[in-house]
Amino acid sequence: MFCEKAMELVRELHRAPEGQLPAFNDGLRQVLEEMKALYEQNQSDVNEAKSGGRGDLIPTIKFRHCSLLRNRRCTVAYLYDRLLRIRALRWEYGSVLPNALRFHMSAEEMEWFNHYKKSLATYMRSLGGDEGLDITQDMKPPKSLYIEVRCLKDYGEFEVDDGTSVLLKKNSQHFLPRWKCEQLIRQGILEHVLS
Amino acid sequence: RFIFLFRNNTLKLVFLLFYKWRHYLRLSSIVGKDLVLSHTGKQETCCPYLIGLSFIFPCRPFLFQDPIKGSKLELPLWLAKGLFDNKRRILSVELPKIYQEGWRTVFSADANVVDLHKMGPHFYGFGSQLLHFDSPENADISQSLLQTFIGRFRRIMDSSQNAYNEDTSALVARLDEMERGLFQTGQKGLNDFQGWEKGQASQITASSLVQNYKKRKFTDMED
Repeated sequence: MFCEKAMELVRELHRAPEGQLPAFNDGLRQVLEEMKALYEQNQSDVNEAKSGGRGDLIPTIKFRHCSLLRNRRCTVAYLYDRLLRIRALRWEYGSVLPNALRFHMSAEEMEWFNHYKKSLATYMRSLGGDEGLDITQDMKPPKSLYIEVRCLKDYGEFEVDDGTSVLLKKNSQHFLPRWKCEQLIRQGILEHVLS
Repeated sequence: RFIFLFRNNTLKLVFLLFYKWRHYLRLSSIVGKDLVLSHTGKQETCCPYLIGLSFIFPCRPFLFQDPIKGSKLELPLWLAKGLFDNKRRILSVELPKIYQEGWRTVFSADANVVDLHKMGPHFYGFGSQLLHFDSPENADISQSLLQTFIGRFRRIMDSSQNAYNEDTSALVARLDEMERGLFQTGQKGLNDFQGWEKGQASQITASSLVQNYKKRKFTDMED
């Protein structure tokens, strides 16, 4: 049956939990090849139907056409869903993605990600007068300027605004400015401790 | 007054197009349409149907080589929908049992007892798509779908709002995919509210991406 490869792609993505980006599936090439073959067969059958008066070919043509439409829908949905996940990466990870994730993206997706980053940065700069506003911060409503954090793994030296630095060793606890820690907490290096 | 009417309709049209587009791209909608429908292949002319398809690249022999007129086949919903037309020149569709009169009576008696997951995990979605095939029973089918949902909804809502921090597998076992989605939404609302009550709404947490990624990395290392 046609469109099986396309369905395989869709199912793989459908199974992946929200936020996860599986490696770019090269099976997409096979789908496109199948589409090309279907299209060419249909072209020749359509010509034969028109010139040779073979109306009996019409169900076959219709069938291939349905498969082409189905393949198209699956491919577009696959690519679009991946883009949505990649967009979410900017908000979750920040502008620099870990290497492992970057290997999961195709070259075009990487390019899209860079364009998106740029658009977002331009927009953020345009807010709040001269300084701009980082809207990827404070994703949860802040209650205080400083927060208590516990270190979940060894990170090393961490510089605070007034020049002093803190050693982030596993299980050490610190009282630090919220805006400095947010990124590290989101990355799982620190833990926000509620008092 | 006419200008207002026009604007209203344009908004409606934009909304409809947007909704249609989102539906077109939603993965769950695509998976739902892959389900198989068995039907009768009928043709009014005497020619064999689907000639030569067995020789198409990539050279996998197709399911049915030249099926005989009147034969019964199982085809995926998307294919059946594409090949169907009002005059039934290529095929006609036989309703799956669960949408027929017998089962409709069972649903009307008590919708809650039925295991909709076993009956085809996309009961409502698939049932709605079936209406495309112009069956004389369409009115009854749509009523049945609606009443079944109404009958089951209350229990789903209540259980999703009351199961906090517990194993919900027994509660969702007999729900179809759409109902499971509803249940999950209810659970999310419950969890968010409980989190807010505990003062966790302002607590910065590791992103779910990070947590999932770490889990995967760990299992990769185990291999």
